[in-house]
Amino acid sequence: MKIAVCVSHVPDTATRVKIGSDNKSIDPSGVTYVINPYDEFAVEEALKTKESVGGDSQVVVLSVGSEQNKETIRKALAMGADSGVLLKADNPLDSMGIAKALADEIKNQGAELVFFGKQSVDYDNSITGQLTSELLSYSCVAVVVSFKLAGNKITAEREIEGGKEVVESELPAIITCQKGLNEPRYASLKGIMAAKKKVIEEKPVAVSESFTEILKMHLPSPKKAGRIIGTDSSAVPELVKLLREEAKVI
Amino acid sequence: MANKILAVLEQREGLLKKSAFETVYVAANLAAKLKLDAEAVVVGSSVENINEIAKYGIKKIVHLKSDTLKNYSSSGYTEAVSDYAKTTEADYLLLSNTAFGKDLAPHLAVRMNAGILMDCINLSADSGELIGTRPIYAGKSLVDVKIKSAKKVITIRPNVFKAVPSDNSSNPEITTTEIVNTNLKTKVVEFKKAGGKLDVAEADIIVSGGRGLKGPENFHLIEELADALGAAVGASRAVVDAGWRPHGEQVGQTGKTVSPTLYVACGISGAIQHLAGMSSAKYIVAINKDKDAPIFSIADYGIAGDIFEIIPVLTQEIKKLKD
Repeated sequence: MKIAVCVSHVPDTATRVKIGSDNKSIDPSGVTYVINPYDEFAVEEALKTKESVGGDSQVVVLSVGSEQNKETIRKALAMGADSGVLLKADNPLDSMGIAKALADEIKNQGAELVFFGKQSVDYDNSITGQLTSELLSYSCVAVVVSFKLAGNKITAEREIEGGKEVVESELPAIITCQKGLNEPRYASLKGIMAAKKKVIEEKPVAVSESFTEILKMHLPSPKKAGRIIGTDSSAVPELVKLLREEAKVI
Repeated sequence: MANKILAVLEQREGLLKKSAFETVYVAANLAAKLKLDAEAVVVGSSVENINEIAKYGIKKIVHLKSDTLKNYSSSGYTEAVSDYAKTTEADYLLLSNTAFGKDLAPHLAVRMNAGILMDCINLSADSGELIGTRPIYAGKSLVDVKIKSAKKVITIRPNVFKAVPSDNSSNPEITTTEIVNTNLKTKVVEFKKAGGKLDVAEADIIVSGGRGLKGPENFHLIEELADALGAAVGASRAVVDAGWRPHGEQVGQTGKTVSPTLYVACGISGAIQHLAGMSSAKYIVAINKDKDAPIFSIADYGIAGDIFEIIPVLTQEIKKLKD
């Protein structure tokens, strides 16, 4: 079975965001880029599925973006994926543009099972997997914390407010992965060495324009620090009074 | 009539959710500003509280009734709502950015060939053109975005837009249409409730614990305070990664981004990825022994002391207040 995993190259979550000179994107200077944390669960689940399905199963890593995304593709290859494709886009695309590029390549690869992270921690849309599935008419289960594949049948649990939905579906399918699904493996030294020899194919994205346009990026108005009203439980009555009379929240 | 905003509402177990009222209210207001019509649609078997929408300014409510779509099915609901949106010629779809909305909205956008804008915390229509503001990087930054395509799908963050009922009912036309849906390739077969507790994503008040609790055995302090306040229990990434708490409770950039009315952070120092996920709370209380902890830089009220001494007293005081 051909399995695809789609990964995104994002600023580390410890990043302090500074606005770039165009006022539409972040200032990348001094920012460390990493594989999107949720995509690590996706890579792990793809590798686990390959191992359990066996045969001549293959895992291909797809990423849309610039030359730098190769670092993140390489990371997935070091974890054990077989090959990578960089879908090179000169200009940033919105989620729909990215989904269209991925859908084309998934079709081209003939992958019938595709894993995504449930959201990328930069733009936080959490929709690229769903968009891609609909473009391909694949089934889709999003925000998955448990995944089982038996032949053609999928049983997955997805996280929603207050609990989990048990979802039944079938291949071909897209699964978006949530923390808790698995423990991503570390790349071994052998894996890292092997990844250097694996092929990352490069293809230009033939995408039309995006449907959305960022007009302006700005920082939220800073919350001003409040008062420290004490250092022990003698401050509690004052706190309760403030919550009740000033904030009016209890 | 063309040029219509369609509010797509969420029901669970036959009841419209709080977010559904927010969605209707925002749709009605936006429609007035943009000189459009607004209507609402809900898919499900029965919707017991459908009449309560009448107070939120909408003119027409359609219940697409199907027993096989009692529970959510991304394929089935996509089919039902996109078919209806085509019939009614809606240009805008509005949903709440709940698990339901986050799942359904993108499927609908593809079906409608629409641009999609998720998780808006502000929608302005001052220039006759809709511009949405949404948080990115878990709230570290904001972007103003416009949708260029003719069809638009938008979700709004729950708890941010308050639904204000009017005294006068708008006397909406409420209709039920039976639908036959065969696209059930993805369907929910069971719901596993998480211990009957409130979820941080939906809660008005959240009490969160961090590494300052020193061990999972001390989290009862957080739970008791949360119970007294009628709040949900949240957790920092450190304690979730340490296995003390389930990841469903994690607040922050790799957990849930929340906007409650009150957020009480106990024993949480305030790593940047945590602050990003909760700093849009209306009021923040921090209790932490380190007076230099970053959490105090965004807290409205702080007590810089020992949580083991302070929390039990706070719980008692709150209980006294409620009695």
